[in-house]
Amino acid sequence: MATGLHKSDFQNPVIRWVDARLPVFTMMQKEYGTFPTPRNFNYFWNFGALAMVNLVIMIATGIFLAMNYTAHTGMAFDSVERIMRDVNYGWLLRYAHANGASMFFIVVYIHIFRGLYYGSYKAPRELLWMIGVVIFLLMMATAFMGYVLPWGQMSFWGATVITNLFSAFPLVGESIVTWLWGGFSVDNPTLNRFFSLHYLMPFVIFGVVFLHVAALHITGSNNPLGIDPKGPQDTVPFHPYYTAKDSVGLVVYFIVFAVLVFFFPNLLGHADNYIPANPLVTPPHIVPEWYFLPFYAILRAVPDKLGGVLLMFGSIAILFVLPWLDTSPVRSMRFRPLARPFFAVWCLCFLVLLYVGGKPPEEPFVTIARVATAYYFLYFLVILPLLGRLERPLPLPESIARPVLRGGGPLPAGAMSKPMEKA
Amino acid sequence: MADSMAQPAPQDGETRRDFLQLVAGSFAAVGVGAIAWPFISSMNPARDTLAVSTTDIDLKPIAAGSAITVVWRGKPVFVRSRTEEEIKSARATPLSELRDPQADQERVKKDQWLVVIGICTHLGCIPLGQKPTDERGPFGGWFCPCHGSAYDTSGRIRQGPAPTNLPVPSYAFTSDTQIRIG
Repeated sequence: MATGLHKSDFQNPVIRWVDARLPVFTMMQKEYGTFPTPRNFNYFWNFGALAMVNLVIMIATGIFLAMNYTAHTGMAFDSVERIMRDVNYGWLLRYAHANGASMFFIVVYIHIFRGLYYGSYKAPRELLWMIGVVIFLLMMATAFMGYVLPWGQMSFWGATVITNLFSAFPLVGESIVTWLWGGFSVDNPTLNRFFSLHYLMPFVIFGVVFLHVAALHITGSNNPLGIDPKGPQDTVPFHPYYTAKDSVGLVVYFIVFAVLVFFFPNLLGHADNYIPANPLVTPPHIVPEWYFLPFYAILRAVPDKLGGVLLMFGSIAILFVLPWLDTSPVRSMRFRPLARPFFAVWCLCFLVLLYVGGKPPEEPFVTIARVATAYYFLYFLVILPLLGRLERPLPLPESIARPVLRGGGPLPAGAMSKPMEKA
Repeated sequence: MADSMAQPAPQDGETRRDFLQLVAGSFAAVGVGAIAWPFISSMNPARDTLAVSTTDIDLKPIAAGSAITVVWRGKPVFVRSRTEEEIKSARATPLSELRDPQADQERVKKDQWLVVIGICTHLGCIPLGQKPTDERGPFGGWFCPCHGSAYDTSGRIRQGPAPTNLPVPSYAFTSDTQIRIG
């Protein structure tokens, strides 16, 4: 073999020829074929793959929607209606794109929940987690700008309210907002740049997702027990075991997605966005899309403009330092009897914030939002740091292959038989 | 669990796993096709585009020997009121001299009116010859400035690189002085 060529293990001569010069087949085989993965994943470990599929769906439907969309204040709304009525399957592309955004956030929220519950953010996966938070922020920016494009009432007033958040910053606030708008109100320049960035961002997300996966393949996946695989008896090759398991999850995901698109396409949207944007009239009750509601509730819980904005951004920024706030060395909450109920209350608070974020800013919702906001931060800033010292975790199983519940006792037939054979 | 993970002993020829892979692969292929279809279909003309695919033309203002250009489906259509000499010269040409043999009678509904799509069949330029001041080429019809294709008074290719005659769109006389293209 000539020097400089990769030593390929593939037998097919064409694949071998390519692989020797550009070992993509070897890489795929290593990262997605034989990649050793903990053998005890539950279905929460589907959601990373689901998010990846969802991103691809969003990019594909988005590219085809952009072929028929006109980014101009006078034509945007009509061009979207033309997509719905005249373009072949335009209704399907648009409903898949709009509900795909909701599905994306459902998937990613579950993915984040999985990370929080099983301690996936802890060493050595801190950077992996932080890259994930970056993806989440990029997703929120992309979703926000996408919602502006149909140029309905909610688009316009959502854009106005969210861009005005930056006016809360002292001294530079007003200049920042003017710069974001490219004018003195949300108008055609704003719509044009939002369209440009909305098209760009998914590809940025794609790049950061690549980093997320690259980092994952260095540390390897966490697992429901939160302990490291100690040898080949604790892992299975990614293919076919988790390609198959992810496929099962994918089928369920597509069923939920299809029910939304085909039977309740407007369930998660707002009727007001079918009214063309009117810069002179604000709808009586304006709310962001459902996936922003928890953060919107935090914003409104604070009776101070700058304070509310800082707390809202802080509620996500705090995730960046979570790996250092949680001082417990135990990853999985299965073995953390105290952290588990505290985390359950945190999840409840998140859902409560999601609920009150969609309610008018009046009692009792304001007080509820304040209590939930207080707990949201208390959990990260006080409870988790203290629990690391005060909590007495349950004994960890000695390995993944020996589940803790069966530890010591006789194992069910087959559970442990010849574990080395399939490694 | 470990036992069930072990590969079943391969029998002669097919195994259960081969069958499952074939079935799963076929269904995945059908699924991908079903998903791809709406995407591809969305690039075809939308219904509002199809709805504007007819054009009505009033022939009264067109003097003999002159022509007008109308837009049909975004394309120029040449409508020419031919003089007696132009008709005669088109009909006198033997079919053996034509690259794309077609009699003038097959290309018109009424002798006076020639209706052709005004796009050179070579590479899509618009031939000259609509205005009285235009170069009409050696055959008195149209002349394409891009690569020198010349058409005669029946819109047939006579010289230059274009392979076929200017196509005649489907049209009908809705009255003596009105036609509808499309």
